[in-house]
Amino acid sequence: MEYFLQQLINGLTLGSIYGLIAIGYTMVYGIIGMINFAHGDIFMIGAFISLIAFLILMSLGLTFIPLALLIVLIVAMVVTSAYGWTVERLAYRPLRESFRLAPLITAIGMSIFLQNYVQIAQGARVKPLQPVITGGYTIMEKNGFTVQISNIQILIMVLTVALMAVFSWIIAKTPLGRAQRACEQDRVMASLLGVNVDRTISLTFVIGAALAAVAGLMFLLYYGVIDFYIGFIAGIKAFTAAVLGGIGSLPGAMLGGLIIGLIETFWSAYFTIEYKDVAAFSMLAIVLIFLPSGLLGKPEVEKV
Amino acid sequence: MTDATRETPPASGGKLAEAVRESAMAALLAFVLTSLMLGVRTVDAPGGLGLQYRWHLVIGAMAVVFVGRLLLKLFWWKEDGGAPAAVGAASGRFAALTEPLRKFAAPALVVFAFVLPFLPIADRQIIDIGILVLTYVLLGWGLNVVVGLAGLLDLGYVAFYAVGAYSYALLATHFGLSFWTVLPLAGILAAMWGMILGFPVLRLRGDYLAIVTLAFGEIIRVVLLNWVEVTKGPDGISGIPRPTFFGLEFKRFGENTFHSFFGIEYSSMHRIIFLYYIILVLAMITNYVTMRLRRLPVGRAWEAMREDEIACRALGINTTNTKLTAFAIGAFFGGLGGSFFATRQGFISPESFTFIESAIILAIVVLGGMGSQFGVAVAAIAMIGGFELLRNMDWVKGFVESTFGIENFDPNEYRMLIFGLLMVVIMVWKPRGFVGTRMPTIFLGRERKAISGDLVKEGEG
Amino acid sequence: MSDAILKVEHMTMRFGGLVAIDDLSFEARRGEITAIIGPNGAGKTTVFNCITGFYKPTTGMLTLTHGNGDTFLLERMDDFRIARHAKVSRTFQNIRLFSGMTVLENLLVAQHNRLMRESGFSFMAVLWPRGYRAHEEEAVEKARYWLEKTDLLHRADDPAADLPYGEQRKLEIARAMCADPVLLCLDEPAAGLNPRESDELNRLLLSIRDEEGLSILLIEHDMSVVMNISDHIVVLDYGKKISDGDPEFIRNDPKVIAAYLGVEDEEVEELAS
Repeated sequence: MEYFLQQLINGLTLGSIYGLIAIGYTMVYGIIGMINFAHGDIFMIGAFISLIAFLILMSLGLTFIPLALLIVLIVAMVVTSAYGWTVERLAYRPLRESFRLAPLITAIGMSIFLQNYVQIAQGARVKPLQPVITGGYTIMEKNGFTVQISNIQILIMVLTVALMAVFSWIIAKTPLGRAQRACEQDRVMASLLGVNVDRTISLTFVIGAALAAVAGLMFLLYYGVIDFYIGFIAGIKAFTAAVLGGIGSLPGAMLGGLIIGLIETFWSAYFTIEYKDVAAFSMLAIVLIFLPSGLLGKPEVEKV
Repeated sequence: MTDATRETPPASGGKLAEAVRESAMAALLAFVLTSLMLGVRTVDAPGGLGLQYRWHLVIGAMAVVFVGRLLLKLFWWKEDGGAPAAVGAASGRFAALTEPLRKFAAPALVVFAFVLPFLPIADRQIIDIGILVLTYVLLGWGLNVVVGLAGLLDLGYVAFYAVGAYSYALLATHFGLSFWTVLPLAGILAAMWGMILGFPVLRLRGDYLAIVTLAFGEIIRVVLLNWVEVTKGPDGISGIPRPTFFGLEFKRFGENTFHSFFGIEYSSMHRIIFLYYIILVLAMITNYVTMRLRRLPVGRAWEAMREDEIACRALGINTTNTKLTAFAIGAFFGGLGGSFFATRQGFISPESFTFIESAIILAIVVLGGMGSQFGVAVAAIAMIGGFELLRNMDWVKGFVESTFGIENFDPNEYRMLIFGLLMVVIMVWKPRGFVGTRMPTIFLGRERKAISGDLVKEGEG
Repeated sequence: MSDAILKVEHMTMRFGGLVAIDDLSFEARRGEITAIIGPNGAGKTTVFNCITGFYKPTTGMLTLTHGNGDTFLLERMDDFRIARHAKVSRTFQNIRLFSGMTVLENLLVAQHNRLMRESGFSFMAVLWPRGYRAHEEEAVEKARYWLEKTDLLHRADDPAADLPYGEQRKLEIARAMCADPVLLCLDEPAAGLNPRESDELNRLLLSIRDEEGLSILLIEHDMSVVMNISDHIVVLDYGKKISDGDPEFIRNDPKVIAAYLGVEDEEVEELAS
């Protein structure tokens, strides 16, 4: 029971990270109908920028953790958003009128480019970071097993909830959110009504990238080690989460992320750890085959 | 009601100012992007990571972006940001000029491929590159059936390659079956695998299908890596026997050796040349079968499905079966390629079957012009052959190292970077790939006219 | 009066809460041209999609009967099976041609199933091409026949996307005919055609009915087509059938006039009683 609770906490933490990345996938798919294959690598870049920013701050002698965290968060979000914006502008916007497969192929090319760009810039080895946030709380202790929740886990979950609240409010209540939802429904009509579609789409990518940056920072703090390949695997899992939750649905993405995080954690805990990625990939196949509209999504009827 | 400010063409000074402003913004963006990622490098240091500052890279990037954007804005781009009209006209004229050459290009290439080992430039290295290129050509042609003709985006093609390779490796090492016996078996096994994997997923839409095939490819790789009892996991399978020439082995010593049968001196080149011709023949078979199928009902159905699946169903075509057939045939050729790969290397491990391989083969198909056999071959030669040649040219290494001040320039690292970049550039610039046209399979009249790539759909999957 | 080739009985189509078609029943008779008309949004294309298997009706029976007595329950069949076994061909409201293929290739694709059988599912023909050639030539002959009928012979090797709109519509009909149907379903074949082209269409459809002995089901807004060539007209409004009869009857039916002109419901009841 205690073991189960601990895995639950771990799973929800991991799931929060996946959820933040999944939101980027689902928003982009909702608005322009493409899978941003490079989004996982945007997450990876967020992690690297966070790492570099931390190291710079530490070498400058800044040791007050909350301030350092805040600075790193802002820097990572800004820089990663810039990457997200640039990728959209250079690789996706020219293809917006093109057929469905063209943007996907470009996205794959972009993903490969970004991975290798980081690999060449920073070297291929894994990059460790000494623990920044330590400590935690013991929730309960029974049968010699302690159930703990660490500070970093609390931070991740709190930050995720806060971000979800903020962005849900933005989507529902602000002009930007309305423009976004309008573009999702009918892009041509939205532009005829004066919505700046290009800008709305760019902002969607920027928001997705910013959230991925947060996820990257969280990943770095939680696992303490990153490399240029984490984007690929996390990307597929986050995309699975987005589809599971219902593509196009923001709460669906977070829900999907949590479920995937829980599945992965419980699988590793109770079965084998080598095949945990297989569990996630199989989940993707199962969801797409049997439940393509996801849990919270709307089924699409093709007009004949 | 025209806007008065638009009536007067902007003074050249105004245009320059605007261009400078835009370029400055672009350079600022470049700064944001590169300042941390390029400007600071994390290096291993005692106790964790140290930092290395490389401001010259950031300045360089900003300068390139600034100057580049400025020049483009002033001299190249039209008012709305498109390429100048002259480019389109020039490429049209180029296409018209080279039109008569195209008829000869393909046969010339085939002849060249057949005589290559006998040309004076053909040393071991060249033939090795030839074998590598031809392997990718074979795989490209195989994937072309799925992606180019049928319009199904398969990101897990490497799985069939792996099935072919491991089938041969296991059957040869456990049961002693020869390469020639296993070759068709491997193809059939891969084809069956293709149908099993394809069946549940083929009704999915294009991008979803792509991701699921990617997931399947990864699942197979992880299984190969971890199912140690059968596949020996990361250690791989070694000691895979080489192919024989009607029972004659290519060894220096032995009872039935090739060189003793023909009364010539032993040379390790014999086996290499033999392997070269095997892959060449396999590739030719793939090409022949594909071109025949294109003219037959099933090939036409593939292309029709790519154009409009609903119309196909309205004409009574069982598109699920059509897709399965495309998958199976593509997988079959992938399996053949895999078996060849295993016998050529003598050793295989899961590392050779990553997603990157699928991506490379996809890049070859896409860049070559989806559906065009010739385009795919050219793309494979250019990308694989080109990189191998570059890699081995030391003068390139020296040049880059001295100009850019990078130590230990390893072109291999940059290979994938350039691949990725090329994929993006080609899709943005010429989504149809190098070969911009589709040749119809049947004509009523006498004239054979190609169809412009703009009219041909890429497929919804 | 010939027998019914298509019997629609109590068909209802619901999309979630929306009732697109409400208890529709009508018959299309063999060798006749039956038109389905009605204001926009009446559910006409939905009827087609149900008949041709692209939607499954929520309730109801759709029975197709061949001349030799074979019957097909269309409400249970897949779209491609209806085309293949029940021999129902259709065209689409938004033209769906294979734009990257030539006109001739489009017509050959329509003969896919027959050619597949004749080529040993294509595989035998890979190894033994000779036997197949004769069959392919037959297919080309059939294509040529329809190209002549639709006056598209000079366009045979042009990509379908290059054709002007009117010719694209004709090509879609030619392609549907190459599939050897017994029932041809046309979704707004005259949409966007000028009067001369509409006349040509009328003649083509009449010749298909008379010379080929086909039954035609068509959705149309263009009254010059409907009134001139239909043997039988079914009128829909808001998913319900409001009238059913020959052109003369329909022309004078007050319910039909009311539906098109948008008269108040009370007035319709008055007129009807």
